[in-house]
Amino acid sequence: MNIMNDQKMILAQALLDGDTPSWGQPQRQAARERFLKLGAPMRRDEYWRYTDPSKFNQPLAPIEAAVVDPEVGDSGFGETEALTLVFVNGRLRSDLSDAIDIPGLEVTRLADGIEGSWAAEKLGALEVAGQEPVARPYAALNAALAVDGLAIRVTGDVPKPIHFRYLAEGADRAVYVRHVIDLAPEAALTVLESGAGGERFNAVIEVDIGDKATFRRKRLQNEAGADQVITHLFARLGEESALRSFTLTGVAGASKLVRNEAMIWLEGDEGSAHIAGGVMGDAKAHLDNTVFIVHDALNCESRQVFKNVLADEARGVFQGKILVKEGAQKTDGYQISQSVLLGERAEFDVKPELEIYADDVACSHGSTSGALDETAMFYLRSRGVSQDVAERLLVEAFIEEAIQEIDEEGPQAEALREAMRGHVAAWMSDRTT
Amino acid sequence: MLTIKNLHARLEEEPDTVILKGVDLEVPTGQVHAIMGPNGSGKSTMSYVLSGRDGYEVTDGAADLDGDDILEMEPDERAAAGLFLAFQYPVEIPGVGNMTFLREAVNAQRKARDQEEMSAAGFLKLVRAEAAKLEISPEMLKRFVNVGFSGGEKKRNEILQMAVLQPKMCILDETDSGLDVDAMKLVAEGVNALRSPDRSFLVITHYQRLLDYIKPDVVHIMAGGRIVESGGPDLALKVENEGYSDILKKSAA
Ligand SMILES: Nc1ncnc2c1ncn2[C@@H]1O[C@H](COP(=O)(O)OP(=O)(O)OP(=O)(O)O)[C@@H](O)[C@H]1O
Ligand SMILES: [Mg+2]
Repeated sequence: MNIMNDQKMILAQALLDGDTPSWGQPQRQAARERFLKLGAPMRRDEYWRYTDPSKFNQPLAPIEAAVVDPEVGDSGFGETEALTLVFVNGRLRSDLSDAIDIPGLEVTRLADGIEGSWAAEKLGALEVAGQEPVARPYAALNAALAVDGLAIRVTGDVPKPIHFRYLAEGADRAVYVRHVIDLAPEAALTVLESGAGGERFNAVIEVDIGDKATFRRKRLQNEAGADQVITHLFARLGEESALRSFTLTGVAGASKLVRNEAMIWLEGDEGSAHIAGGVMGDAKAHLDNTVFIVHDALNCESRQVFKNVLADEARGVFQGKILVKEGAQKTDGYQISQSVLLGERAEFDVKPELEIYADDVACSHGSTSGALDETAMFYLRSRGVSQDVAERLLVEAFIEEAIQEIDEEGPQAEALREAMRGHVAAWMSDRTT
Repeated sequence: MLTIKNLHARLEEEPDTVILKGVDLEVPTGQVHAIMGPNGSGKSTMSYVLSGRDGYEVTDGAADLDGDDILEMEPDERAAAGLFLAFQYPVEIPGVGNMTFLREAVNAQRKARDQEEMSAAGFLKLVRAEAAKLEISPEMLKRFVNVGFSGGEKKRNEILQMAVLQPKMCILDETDSGLDVDAMKLVAEGVNALRSPDRSFLVITHYQRLLDYIKPDVVHIMAGGRIVESGGPDLALKVENEGYSDILKKSAA
């Protein structure tokens, strides 16, 4: 074993220290071993070239059982109607949550134990698979340390979104939460997520999307409180199924370190996966979106759209990979990442990757980065619009292309898009320069 | 009144490229002046320098509007002071709605003048009425700023903005180019409707035809970054018939 691996293991060992909940054995023990073997990420790892993980590697005390009743507050999703499930420091609080009584939707709590249930088999399966071809050690760490989360089985078309609200109480804590979701053929579910979660918030979702099923996820990462965020979405898609993920990231004035990873497998013919993000960074925020999409079936389509607005000394990172396996003919893969730099010290790093082993595919990627269009700025200002408002109008127009990736129709979807626009406008007026 | 004295300007990036070489011009309140001149003589540059576009450096001279030094102001402050430029090439802004843009502009200018914001209903009514006069359809108003507009539609959209904003000093940079005969009449009617004793116009054009509709009080000829000749409306006719060579020879002499 070389020195680097030693270091990675020592760091990993330190992160594993402390008490862990007793539920979820033997998976938990296996995850510990997996994490130790992978070791903690380090800057020298190719996958962490643009995001220094050393902050993530400093041990923080695990969270204690929540006894407090935090303010639940505004949902952040505007007029959108949803069933709310509240997590305080990673633990579900049924007393603060809506009761779930919808045919076709079965929600159980991981901390209540999963032995003998369908979830025992699924929990961790996609995370383990997702350690190849690139390691995602913090997802294994999550599997080792998760305090709670949900096992959700969907057999029908769930009419209302369910909203995971992650509230945090107390400082200097690491919070690990995970969910495993299984969508039966033709089922549909929308999940909303929001909330700071904890000083260091590590969240994992594994979702298995059955044939002709649809999973939508909309996430807000814009609440003050969490200093570091690590999230993973692992999704497997069956035939003619669809995944839609949208995340709005950005807390004005907070130098957050965020790493969002998505690992997606299109395994059934004619699947469709869209991963989108509106990213707003100011102060010394470091916001990383890393997406890996595997095409392993015929006629599948994938789409990655990331729009970054970076002010002050913020840094945005986008790593997006499309891997088209042998035989995945007629793949349509699209990727665009763009940034607007509002500050001279702001920076955007991009690593697009296409790896294609089929011959009949259409894959494209593009990236742009730069200041706001000067001609448009002048045109707006020549009509009396102030510099601030002109910037806001242009930034809103820029991010709108990500918001439009929320592609449902009807008043609920429009309410959701409108809520996102509100967050963008608020960020624009509160950001540091 | 717009007063320009000995205005010199060069490109910020290429200081050797001096474009305005001593422009002297006065447009008294209530009057319409026209500027003609060969391609590249500095007409658009002058309109950009007056409205505050980045990229130019004023090295000498002055420009004021009713006694206020506009060269010191930010572009939006100039607009609030009453200056308006109808662009030779109106800018497309994908993602920003025409109505949103107009509304922000109207309210920004009102705010700068300590006036209350316009009500949504009042604003809508005003814009619809002005748009109808210029034959701009409600559907076009819903689009993004100038996106998908034909060349002529863009020019009409400039006049719509002018009509809604009611500036006191309007500079029109080749608003007639690219317009068909009917559109030119619409634009001219739009301008004429705005003519008033407390509003002035500076109309940059290459063609006498527009001046048949918008009768100027004074016509200036710009060449080589200066006003080389001024006169009555017949100066435009002379240019139309004879071109610039005589005037240029005379001014060079
Ligand atoms: N940003 C710039 N970079 C380089 N050259 C410039 C720039 N702006 C203006 N010029 C040059 O300055 C001169 C004057 O240009 P300007 O556009 O003001 O002319 P104009 O009188 O409006 O011409 P036209 O009648 O063709 O519209 C031209 O030679 C032009 O190429
Ligand atoms: Mg010109």
